[in-house]
Amino acid sequence: MSHATTMDHEHDHDHKPKGFVKRWLMTTNHKDIGTLYLIFALAMFILGGALAMIIRLELFQPGLQFVNPDFFNQLTTMHALIMVFGAVMPAFVGFANWMIPIMIGAPDMALPRMNNWSFWILPFAFTMLISTFFMESGAPAAGWTLYPPLVLQGGDNIAFAVFAIHMLGISSIMGAINVIATIMNMRAPNMGYLKMPLFVWTWLITAFLLIAVMPVFAGAVTMLLTDAYFGTTFFNAAGGGDPVLFQHVFWFFGHPEVYIMILPSFGIISEIIPTFARKPLFGYVSMVYASAAIAFLSFIVWAHHMFSVGMPLGGELYFMYATMLISIPTGVKVFNWVSTMWKGAMTFETPMLWALAFVILFTIGGFSGLMMALAPVDFQYHDTYFIVAHFHYVLVTGAVFAIIAGVYYWIPKWTGNMYSERLGKIHFWWSAISVNVLFFPQHFLGLAGMPRRIPDYSTQFAEFNMMSSIGGFAFGLAQVFFIYIVYRTIKGKGTTKATDRVWEGAKGLEWFIPSPAPHHTFQDGEPVKDEHLAHVSNH
Amino acid sequence: MSSSEISNKSQDQYYVPHLAKWPIVGSIGMTIAAVGAATFMNSETAKVPVMMYLGFAVIIFMVFGWFAEVIKESERKMYNTQVDASFRMGMVWFIFSEVMFFATFFGALFYYRNLSVPWLGGEGTGLSTNTELWAGYEGVWPTNGPGNVGGEFKLIDPYHLPLINTVLLLASSVTLTIAHHAVVANARKKAIIWLAATVVLGAVFLFFQVDEYKEAYQHLNLTLESGIYGSTFFMLTGFHGMHVTLGAIMLAVITIRMMKGHFKPDSHFGFEAVAWYWHFVDVVWLGLFIFVYII
Amino acid sequence: MKKITNGSSNRFKNVLFLIFATVFSNAVFAINGEKYAMNLPKGVTEFSNTVYGLHMIVLWICIIIGVLVFGAMFYSIFAHRKSKGVKAAQFTHSTTAEIIWTVIPILILVVIAFPATEALIKMEAPSDADGNRVEMEMTVKVTGYQWKWKYDYLGEDVSFMSSLSEKSNEARQLNSNIDPESVENYLLDVDKPLVIPVNTNIRILLTSNDVIHSWWVPSFGWKRDAIPGYVNEAWTNVPEVGIYRGQCAELCGKDHGFMPVVVEVKSKADYAIWLTEQKELAAKAKDKDNIEWTKEDLMSQGKKVYNSSCATCHQASGKGLPPAFPALDGNELVNAAMEEQIKTVVFGREGTAMSAFGSMLSDSDIAAAITYTRNSWSNTVKDTVQPADIKKVKE
Ligand code: HEA
Ligand code: HEA
Ligand code: HEC
Ligand code: CUA
Ligand SMILES: [Cu+2]
Repeated sequence: MSHATTMDHEHDHDHKPKGFVKRWLMTTNHKDIGTLYLIFALAMFILGGALAMIIRLELFQPGLQFVNPDFFNQLTTMHALIMVFGAVMPAFVGFANWMIPIMIGAPDMALPRMNNWSFWILPFAFTMLISTFFMESGAPAAGWTLYPPLVLQGGDNIAFAVFAIHMLGISSIMGAINVIATIMNMRAPNMGYLKMPLFVWTWLITAFLLIAVMPVFAGAVTMLLTDAYFGTTFFNAAGGGDPVLFQHVFWFFGHPEVYIMILPSFGIISEIIPTFARKPLFGYVSMVYASAAIAFLSFIVWAHHMFSVGMPLGGELYFMYATMLISIPTGVKVFNWVSTMWKGAMTFETPMLWALAFVILFTIGGFSGLMMALAPVDFQYHDTYFIVAHFHYVLVTGAVFAIIAGVYYWIPKWTGNMYSERLGKIHFWWSAISVNVLFFPQHFLGLAGMPRRIPDYSTQFAEFNMMSSIGGFAFGLAQVFFIYIVYRTIKGKGTTKATDRVWEGAKGLEWFIPSPAPHHTFQDGEPVKDEHLAHVSNH
Repeated sequence: MSSSEISNKSQDQYYVPHLAKWPIVGSIGMTIAAVGAATFMNSETAKVPVMMYLGFAVIIFMVFGWFAEVIKESERKMYNTQVDASFRMGMVWFIFSEVMFFATFFGALFYYRNLSVPWLGGEGTGLSTNTELWAGYEGVWPTNGPGNVGGEFKLIDPYHLPLINTVLLLASSVTLTIAHHAVVANARKKAIIWLAATVVLGAVFLFFQVDEYKEAYQHLNLTLESGIYGSTFFMLTGFHGMHVTLGAIMLAVITIRMMKGHFKPDSHFGFEAVAWYWHFVDVVWLGLFIFVYII
Repeated sequence: MKKITNGSSNRFKNVLFLIFATVFSNAVFAINGEKYAMNLPKGVTEFSNTVYGLHMIVLWICIIIGVLVFGAMFYSIFAHRKSKGVKAAQFTHSTTAEIIWTVIPILILVVIAFPATEALIKMEAPSDADGNRVEMEMTVKVTGYQWKWKYDYLGEDVSFMSSLSEKSNEARQLNSNIDPESVENYLLDVDKPLVIPVNTNIRILLTSNDVIHSWWVPSFGWKRDAIPGYVNEAWTNVPEVGIYRGQCAELCGKDHGFMPVVVEVKSKADYAIWLTEQKELAAKAKDKDNIEWTKEDLMSQGKKVYNSSCATCHQASGKGLPPAFPALDGNELVNAAMEEQIKTVVFGREGTAMSAFGSMLSDSDIAAAITYTRNSWSNTVKDTVQPADIKKVKE
């Protein structure tokens, strides 16, 4: 099999299509599509964050000050849907597009036209979803988990939300198929599976998760649609249905979904730590197996979100044990990261700072996860701010921190400009402190008994809510600063030119091409050289 | 992209298309269809989902345009075996996602039959559910629930139309396989005949299914609104029927391409992809026949 | 923006202190006082104490693992840095180490699993020391409604609704200008609490009339969902007399934050007295359903019922919250013949928040509420609706 490439304009190594429409709307270039994904994700992060700011504003003190309870529920629901499906997932697909072909020596993604389609569905789907805010019925207000029968009281927004979710699903599935085909089929000669960077590995596993569960989510919302409009009784006991079935189906999707948002983060962190420790990743092979184990386990633990729903004892026991097991492979990852640092020669550039914060704060989020895995204790924790604290630790200081770390790590390669190390560090410390002021007190709130998804609370929760809100505003502001840093770097204002290697300890194919990466990277299908790779055969 | 841009490519290079106009058309079509459908469902007065049809038209336009481009490239031998492998993987994993989609509805069916309906009838953990809320309800399948939603209904006899349909679909898998062997043996005429036979079998299947639905609605009072039995029955058979329709259309297109002289014994991925899809639809039907109709 | 009241500026100082404490020290665990409740409450029941114990065990295990892992990491960060001139080692793996840190966590999990299993069985299949199933002494059926609870004492013919107390309800309105601090038990108080006897095994059956709710009193140690069309079982035995407060814990629509659970645990003797009273009240209410009411009585009773049962949605002003909740003021249906309106209120509207009040309110209360709506605001139908009219429609 040959691995050479054909370009339409062979002689023009860095040819970019001219004109906005051709360059961006009709592109098949993995880097341009990656850029589109990243920009879209950033826009959605701002929007989802803005909604969160209104939530924190309302919760600043007891009593209702700004929004009606129903609108508050719309905010909570849309904040989560936008962050999960609009910000975090597309950001990772953006990374995948940019980095996977470069990391495995491929000319582009395997199915470039479909790649374009995967992206361009997203803005349309989100326009549809967000438009529900302006309808008479308002936006969906039943939580991002969309539980019936409540969600069925949503009026006109039901159909819009369901079809938007269908479109998101189609986009994700096509994106995942593309990642799989690229990794399995497009590796350059000599790029064996066990030589692939860990980021590529985690994305391969993530893609399988996506293909397996997005259709399930689509099926679940389809049942909502027919219950709402066509008289079926999937979730209505009078007709023999059961509202709880929706929860089973949703979480069969939803639990793997949260690992979809964390596995690529693991990949990014596993690239960054070895670079700045100047030491090979510890336990590469066990990292691969651990990722696969996490993915496998994620399919068989879903009902830990439903301990208080009244399952039979046997079911509760099973889901409790299975959930606890996930700590083992995740622990392997944490221990391997620490061992990678051990006896390294570390420096602490901005990406490394974010990665270190990730390791600590994600682990804290993981610990609260383990606590909730114990069914009898979860009877207390469930649907309180303890849960909110848990998932923001794994999602914000986990997934989002990894994304930010990745941006600092690779933006010199993307733009050819070095970001300002000083501003990056300010951004880091500002965020790292404020995010803990934001989310740590939520543990206390939850334990002390504050339920989640409420617009107003009794006065004993006032102090910690105010504290959390102050942290929230500070953290939000820090991200505005981030946008400024990224903008400066792209424009090359007050920055230096990046070298090809960028980081002293960096290994892997992406560091052996110019910065900024040329529009088309690998064309001639030369076998990759072992000395360019981070992981070669001594395993 | 215009095909004139594609020039003198040798087949040992991975073909990366340059500009793609169809995806954005597809996104727009999808959005028009989705907004159209949603608006229609929410409307009290609209009788015909005009906008949704418009969206479908755009999608069909996109599919034809897109595939025409791909076919042209394929016929010009711009795809090497590696490109072919990408397509194969794409199709395999797409079918896997479809499997998961159907698995959702099958899973729901099992849940209702083995857990929730018996609970409503007082089994296992459902004792007080039954005594407090649905006293007197038996909880046996088939059921339209303790509320007798949609009124009494009768079942489809599995050994009549559904059995015929099973035979039809199984036969269509056989004819399709014969056609495939014919393609490999470069017996074009034979392949066309067997392909056409497959399309006809698919069409007859659909005809019978429509008949069965009519029977259900007009004589058995079995409708989408017949409680959980009607819901699962029509959801499963309906989505399957939609897939058969899609598969039959794709088979028809393949037949036409055959007549136009496309496909070679060693390169006929378009044919294979549709064949895989058809076999998948067939297997799903077997599941339906057993779990929805017989048991 | 609303000005920050006095109470809040005090709070601001507290918050600054807490931020300081959290960011700069581990003293957060030291100030675990009444004022800033930070930890899970121990609760009063045996089960809640078990849960608390389990919670503390895992919490400490996590803290210890955290200290070890983060300790190793910080040591490495300080000792193994380039600026100290160290040269990076190049080892890539160690099978021994990896086996150790797989096996030890597994053992830890196994150790936690035992008490967790035991606790779960205690809740789901309670049995006494001899292994016999614990007998339940009485049963309360709890039904969730948007947004209140209904309590049925099975076999006792006592049943009532329990919703957010008037005072909290006024203060919680958007821009009510009532300082929540001035309301006792803000958002955690109801008009009529569930009353149960002390030291009694009580089975609690949970279900719902509309959407999923979740009944939760932290001091009892558990919450359980109330699911429409299904009945969940739980149980408790409260060994201390007192008032225990909790909240609905499953998102159930706009007023999910405003449906507290309050349980008053009385001594067995007091409970018996209370129960007799309730039965008498119920009997009296039945009598009320059999007489002809004057318009004045209907209007004054109607106002009460309307404000406690209808105003969450249709608003005290009768203006509703369109489009979700229609205005009754000037409403066509309300100003037409009574028949249809009675049907709407008695049977509800399926698939909407308008529930069937026929099973929640007595005939006389429904009659009063309807009369009130027909003769208030700009509505001037001038007729009265009698309990007998309601009975007629019900049949
Ligand atoms: C990125 C997302 C992410 C990740 C990675 C996780 C990781 C985990 N989660 Fe989390 N979770 C969410 C996102 C995530 N979760 C979200 C969004 C919700 C709420 C959804 C909603 O209701 O809206 C949720 C809710 C949720 C619940 C339901 C709570 C409830 O509603 O009542 C539970 C219960 O078991 C749970 C458990 C876990 C566990 C055991 C892990 C484990 O994977 C964690 C494993 C990691 C560690 C344990 C730390 C590192 C390990 C070591 C250092 C080894 C040694 C340690 C020990 C042996 C103790 N999660
Ligand atoms: C990846 C997912 C993700 C991310 C990144 C976040 C980020 C944040 N979340 Fe989110 N959250 C969820 C996923 C996420 N959340 C989920 C799944 C739920 C559950 C929903 C449910 O119950 O159904 C939830 C619920 C949730 C709640 C509970 C609501 C409730 O129960 O009622 C709260 C409350 O504090 C909250 C706060 C925040 C805050 C302050 C941030 C911050 O980190 C955000 C910081 C970012 C910004 C602030 C953007 C920066 C830009 C600006 C500030 C510019 C402002 C611009 C304009 C004003 C134009 N979130
Ligand atoms: C939980 C919210 C809620 C409560 C409490 C409530 N209603 Fe309603 N009500 C509604 C909703 C929603 C509708 C609209 C139903 C529909 O769309 O068909 C409605 C409709 C009505 C209508 C018909 C109006 C019309 O235009 O069709 C009447 C009359 C009415 N309610 C009276 C009452 C009375 C009397 C009470 C108190 C005993 C009450 N409602 C309590 C939510 C509520
Ligand atoms: Cu009832 Cu929340
Ligand atoms: Cu989970």
